[in-house]
Amino acid sequence: MTMTAPALVDFDEALTRYEPVMGLEVHVELNTATKMFCGCPAVFGGEPNTNVCPVCLGLPGALPVVNEKAVESAIRIGLALNCEIAEWCRFARKNYFYPDMPKNFQTSQYDEPIAFDGWMDVELDGETYRVEIERAHMEEDTGKSSHMGGATGRIHGADYSLLDYNRAGIPLIEIVTRPIFVPGDKAPAVARAYVQQLRDLILALDVSDARMDQGSLRADVNLSLRPVGVSTLGTRTETKNVNSFRSVERAVRYEISRHAAILDDGGLILQETRHFHEDTGTTSSGREKSDADDYRYFPEPDLAPVAPSREWVESLRATLPEPPGERRRRLQGEWGFSDLEMRDTVGAGALDLVAATIASGAPAAAARKWWLSELARRANEQGVDLAALPITPADVAAIQKLVEAGSINDKLARQVFDGVLAGEGTPDEVVQKRGLAVVSDEGALSSAVDRAIEANPDVADKIRAGKVAAAGALIGAVMKEMRGQADAGRVRELIISKLT
Amino acid sequence: MSSSDSDLTALTAAELADKLASGETTSVEVTQAFLDRIDSLDGELHSFLHVDHDGAKAAAVDVDARRGAGESFPSLAGVPIAVKDLLCTVGQPTTCGSRILEGWQPPYDATVVSRLRRAGMPILGKTNLDEFAMGSSTEHSAYGPTRNPWDTDRTPGGSGGGSAAAVAARLAPVAVGTDTGGSIRQPGALTGTVGVKPTYGGVSRYGIVAMASSLDQAGPVTRTVLDAALLHEIIGGHDPMDSTSLDAPVPGIVEAARRGDVSGLRIGVVKELGGEGFQSGVQARFEESVAMLTEAGATVVEVSCPSFAQALATYYLVMPSEVSSNLARFDAMRYGLRVFPEGVGDPSAEQVMAATRDAGFGDEVKRRIILGTYALSSGYYDAYYGSAQKVRALVARDFDRAFEQADVLVSPTAPTTAFKMGEKLDDPMAMYLQDVATIPANLAGIPGLSLPAGLAEDGLPVGVQFLAPLQADDRLYNAAAALERMLLDKWGGPLLAPLATTSEVPA
Ligand SMILES: [Zn+2]
Repeated sequence: MTMTAPALVDFDEALTRYEPVMGLEVHVELNTATKMFCGCPAVFGGEPNTNVCPVCLGLPGALPVVNEKAVESAIRIGLALNCEIAEWCRFARKNYFYPDMPKNFQTSQYDEPIAFDGWMDVELDGETYRVEIERAHMEEDTGKSSHMGGATGRIHGADYSLLDYNRAGIPLIEIVTRPIFVPGDKAPAVARAYVQQLRDLILALDVSDARMDQGSLRADVNLSLRPVGVSTLGTRTETKNVNSFRSVERAVRYEISRHAAILDDGGLILQETRHFHEDTGTTSSGREKSDADDYRYFPEPDLAPVAPSREWVESLRATLPEPPGERRRRLQGEWGFSDLEMRDTVGAGALDLVAATIASGAPAAAARKWWLSELARRANEQGVDLAALPITPADVAAIQKLVEAGSINDKLARQVFDGVLAGEGTPDEVVQKRGLAVVSDEGALSSAVDRAIEANPDVADKIRAGKVAAAGALIGAVMKEMRGQADAGRVRELIISKLT
Repeated sequence: MSSSDSDLTALTAAELADKLASGETTSVEVTQAFLDRIDSLDGELHSFLHVDHDGAKAAAVDVDARRGAGESFPSLAGVPIAVKDLLCTVGQPTTCGSRILEGWQPPYDATVVSRLRRAGMPILGKTNLDEFAMGSSTEHSAYGPTRNPWDTDRTPGGSGGGSAAAVAARLAPVAVGTDTGGSIRQPGALTGTVGVKPTYGGVSRYGIVAMASSLDQAGPVTRTVLDAALLHEIIGGHDPMDSTSLDAPVPGIVEAARRGDVSGLRIGVVKELGGEGFQSGVQARFEESVAMLTEAGATVVEVSCPSFAQALATYYLVMPSEVSSNLARFDAMRYGLRVFPEGVGDPSAEQVMAATRDAGFGDEVKRRIILGTYALSSGYYDAYYGSAQKVRALVARDFDRAFEQADVLVSPTAPTTAFKMGEKLDDPMAMYLQDVATIPANLAGIPGLSLPAGLAEDGLPVGVQFLAPLQADDRLYNAAAALERMLLDKWGGPLLAPLATTSEVPA
């Protein structure tokens, strides 16, 4: 059998015959000061193998000690996801050999998670979908392998590999859903909205910086299809390396189309790990999962059980931020957004960005306008999430301030966005470097207005007759002459004062 | 070599400490005396894998200078010590008796080692052991066996045969061992030394290369009960680096060792630990010991611990399971041996791992890794590891019930006296049975002590084991000190291995 590009069934057509069932596993790297089981700084990056010690290097004789702050973060995440918090739970060892695992076992929770049986309500297009949370458990991250030489950066074909253990032992929380059953056409968007809202929650809890592009929030997408009307679940695949909200949605779509083609052909889905490719929006086979994958879990004998007192759990519950749904409703009221505007804001992953922009001083409508029109378009063109654009809410608020002050107009503002996104500096710096400030020389403006009135006597007459709305044509002419670098509001004032 | 130097090696640690405190001798003199004795006798015994002449002398100079400057130290300051080569030591290799760690220099000290250093005890060197502490004869050391100073054709027991032989032959006044199933106590019995396994969590495991994490415990290897208590006090106590370390003060063990009063004490003889399978001379010395304790005012009761019948089998599921995981880290990636597979042009990391582990581990280690990997496998976990945990709880319950009837329990430490080199090497079951009486304490976490109780019909030493409830280590020291005093009175002095009385040092 030769391997060619897999056949795909059109997404909508696939849904006429099959129902998708999803499961999402999200790994969140916590922002604790130190690692899960040792005192090393939990800072990824930096000179390789500098944030390491006998414990996170797995040296003979070294022993782990649980980071209380990581337990606290795990409990807060669990509570925010409406989970039960275990009264007593243990870590386990997940045994497998891999060079980036210092001990050749990962210390992870297995059948005794710190948090379990929760849910999150995902809002999408005015509907609410309840995603059930099976568990949220604590584990340690592995080191990082870099496969050098070879074309793919994968281990196959590499000349050699380099290992960096700075990441080894950084605390992770893995949040696992129960199977998600939603109407097939909604599945990709629900998956995306779940991950987005989960990220919003994590940020609100301030337990992680939750950057998908940097791997501090990582999603695995499990998907299976079953023929419409059949209740047993099909074989699932687990797609890893899904590094953006958009990719979550695309991975679900792609796997639905790919599974459907195989099943249509009478084929069997292999239970396997697959890799998502951002560039093509496709997945490729990773490692086949089989009975050979026996992790030989057993309770970690080097650690005492974790037994959070009920008093502690309740005191942590009191620190929880407002639940996202309630927060959205409150913000909608404060901002005066319509349902549709709010839905678009949430759907674009712009809620926190808009909120932060408003907090930096911009009016709500302006904050929404910039993020949802100007910036959303650019994010879409570049195929990245809004939050990944190299511009901050403070920048956006600063640009809006320049507009309000009349220093620039909307058209010039777009050029300021270009400059900030291109890394040319702060909005003020971009305005200066590019010479974008509007012409505020009253004399020059006044003569330009005079010329426009002279050149358009009919329009001028209409305005004199009280049809102020006609001023637009004159404003346009003035702006054209000034090559856009004029304050349209001031131009309008001048026209009206001269003609009435 | 002056005679006073060899006299120094005949003293107990407590006696040396007194002479050091009073200025009658110096740590430099004492340390040198032991180093000389090691140089002259250890060629035959092979109790050390590494002798740190320079480090030990430098530490001795330092402690003498600081004492001279008026600094005060805990009890054993200036008394040198030997350390089992399973504990990480900066400045000395830590091999665990394995090829896979040949020449490895740890970048950090085990907590026990740093406590010894802080207490001003010069470290003479690292003692031999069965590879990764797996064995009961020290014959499984990749660097060759240790011989028993009572009869060099015999083993000193194991895994801590090196520490026990060194102390029995007076190459070190005291030593640190580790005990997972009897590795301190059984060599103690076979070499006529005192060996203590403290309550699990009583001594930090940080920096002690793990064999079976839930069973391992470091403890003293000495010639007297008081020396053991003094050393135990130095190395014991809470360590925040070990999550399983007990956050409680060490019980009053030194005071108990000085007291040695068993009047009114209830002593339980464990029915299942003795009789059939125990050498007659071992059984005889044990019974005499019980009789002496009775004469001294103790009351003796017989207690039954029925689940001990399954203790050995349980141990050989729990221990290898943990071994299979603990030893996974030896993979040639970060430290230690690295072997490239033969005839493979461009080997993968996986192939190098496999070749290294094949070449670097001995047969007994491989046997236990394979056993443990099997016991933890999915589909077998419940039947093996799961059931073993249940029996482990039953063993603990048997002890709880026994300690309702008795303050301390007693048994022979090992079923036989020292056996011949090679005798059990090809018969793992016979070797494993050496630990039948010591294993239950590890499974339950309770403390145990082995005390020399005389010689059997073959002229070789016999050990009697004392067991106490969790965190009641002081009871061991009290009862053992009482028996030790009566035995010494009866013998007129300590029983000495022939090699221990050798004083001639070749020119
Ligand atoms: Zn570390």
